[in-house]
Amino acid sequence: MPNDIGWVGLAASVVLVAVAVALSVARHLGLEGSMLWAASRALAQLLLVGVALEFVLDVDRSMAWSWAWVLAMIFLAADTVRRRAREVPRIYPLALTAFGAAGVVTMSVLFGLSVFPLEARTLIPMAGMMVGNSMTSTVLVARRVLEELRDKRDEVEARLALGLPSRDAARPYLRAALRTALIPQIESTKAVGLVFLPGAMTGLILAGTDPIDAVRVQVAVMYLVLGSVATTVTVVALGVQRRLFTRDHRLVVPPRPAPG
Amino acid sequence: MSGFRGSVRPGRLRRTWPRRCNHPAVTTAEVPLLDFAQVWVGTEGAWRVRDVTVEIPASGVTAIVGPSGAGKSTLLRLGNRLAAPARGRVRYRGDDVADLDPLRLRRAVGMVFQRPTPFAGTVRENLHVAEPGTSDDELAEVLSQAELPADLLDRPATELSGGEAQRVCLARTLLTRPGTLLMDEPTSSLDPGARLALEQLTRGLSRRGTSVVWVSHDLAQVRRIADRVVVMIDGTVVHVGAPDSLAHGAPEPVRKFLEEAAGAE
Repeated sequence: MPNDIGWVGLAASVVLVAVAVALSVARHLGLEGSMLWAASRALAQLLLVGVALEFVLDVDRSMAWSWAWVLAMIFLAADTVRRRAREVPRIYPLALTAFGAAGVVTMSVLFGLSVFPLEARTLIPMAGMMVGNSMTSTVLVARRVLEELRDKRDEVEARLALGLPSRDAARPYLRAALRTALIPQIESTKAVGLVFLPGAMTGLILAGTDPIDAVRVQVAVMYLVLGSVATTVTVVALGVQRRLFTRDHRLVVPPRPAPG
Repeated sequence: MSGFRGSVRPGRLRRTWPRRCNHPAVTTAEVPLLDFAQVWVGTEGAWRVRDVTVEIPASGVTAIVGPSGAGKSTLLRLGNRLAAPARGRVRYRGDDVADLDPLRLRRAVGMVFQRPTPFAGTVRENLHVAEPGTSDDELAEVLSQAELPADLLDRPATELSGGEAQRVCLARTLLTRPGTLLMDEPTSSLDPGARLALEQLTRGLSRRGTSVVWVSHDLAQVRRIADRVVVMIDGTVVHVGAPDSLAHGAPEPVRKFLEEAAGAE
C-alpha cells in the first residue's frame, strides 16, 4: 500500500470536495463558498505545517524545537478555548494551566514509562492529539459549569445559606457538568473499531505497518486522549468554580449575555 | 475552632454565638439584630441599595416592605453575607459582618428564599444537607416544628406541593438552630392557605425567641405578621415604624407606594 498519493492523487481527491459543493448547490444550502474556503484553508495550512514539520522532525534537529512546537500548540489551543467560551471569566490562563497539567501527566506516562521513545516524531503527534482532542471538552465543561451555577443559582445559594462552603455547595452541579463533558469521550472510546477506524491506526496501516502493531499504537492513543480529556476538564471545572465564588463564599455569576 | 476561617478571634465568636442560640435570654436584647450604617450595594450607576442607615431590633418580626426592585432582598442578604456592601458597614448583634466567618454566620442566621428550593433526593436527604447524620427522630422533631408529618422523610422533595416544599426548606434551615431567620418573600409562590400557615409558623417561632426579618411587598401580610416595618423605595429606607404608622403621617413616597399597593390589592 503506498504511503504517498503524490500531487496527482491529491488533485484527484478534490473531486470529493466537488461532491460536497454539488450537494450544497442542489439543496440550496448556500454553503458552497464556505466549503471551498475551508478546503483551500485546510490545504494551505497543512502544507505549511508539513514544511515546518519537515524542519522540526529532521533527525539532526535539536529536541528544543519539538518542545517549542508543543508549547505553541498549547498556547494556541488555550486561545481557541478563550474565543469559544468568552462568557467564562478569565478562561485563558485556566485553559493554559489545564493543557499544561494534562501534558505533564500524559507525556510523563508515555515517555516516562517508555510506551513510546522520546523523540520529535512521537512527541509532536502525541502532544497534538492530547491538545486537539481536549479542546472541545474543555470549552464544553467551562460553559456547562457556568450555566449550571447560573441556572441553579437558587439551589446553590440555598446550600450556601445553610453554611456550606462554596466547594460543597457547588459539588452536585460541578459533577453534572463534568459528566456532561466526559460522557462523549467515553462513548467514543467504547465505539472505536466498531463504528469507525480512528486516524492514527488508519495512517499507520496506510504506511504499511502491521495491523496488530497499528492497533497497539491506537489503543495507547485512545487511552492518552481519555486521560488528557479527564485531566483538562477537571482542572478547568475546578478553576471556573473557584472564579465564580468569592473568598467569603458568595456566588458571583456573570449575567447571561444579551442575545444578538 | 474547627472549620473556623476568619479574622475574628475564636473566643469572640464563642461569646457572641453559643452553640444553641435561639433563645432571647442568650442574646443581649438592646443590641440590634442588624445595624446598617451608610450602606451602598451595587456599582456606580447601578446601585441597588443607596446610603441606607437603619437598625433592625432583635425581638419580634420586622418586615421590610416596598415595591419590586426597591432593594429589599438585597438589604436582607447583607444579613447573612450572601451579598456584601460596596460601602458602609453591616453589624450583626454588634459584630461587623465582614469580620465574621461567613460559614458560621450562616449557621446562626437562617434564610428562606422566595421560591422553594428543594434539592434532588428525599426529604431526609434534603435535611441531611443542613446537618449530616442527624437521626430520624431529630429530623421528625424539626419537621413537626414546621408542622409537617414525619412520614414525609422518604418522599422525593421535588414532588411536594409548593407549601410543603417551602416548609421543608424552613425545617432544613431550622436544623442549624439559627437564632435569626431571614425570610425573603417566602409566601409569594404559595396559595392563600399555605401562605397563612407559613405566616403563623413564623409568628410562633418569633414568640419562642427567634429574631425574624421578613421581606414582603404584600401590605395585608405585613399588617398580619409584623411588629415593625421598614419601608424601602428605590434603594433607600424612607420610613421606619409600627405597621399602623403606615396609615398615619407617612412621608409622600410611602403614601404613593401605599396607594399603588392598595390599587393592586
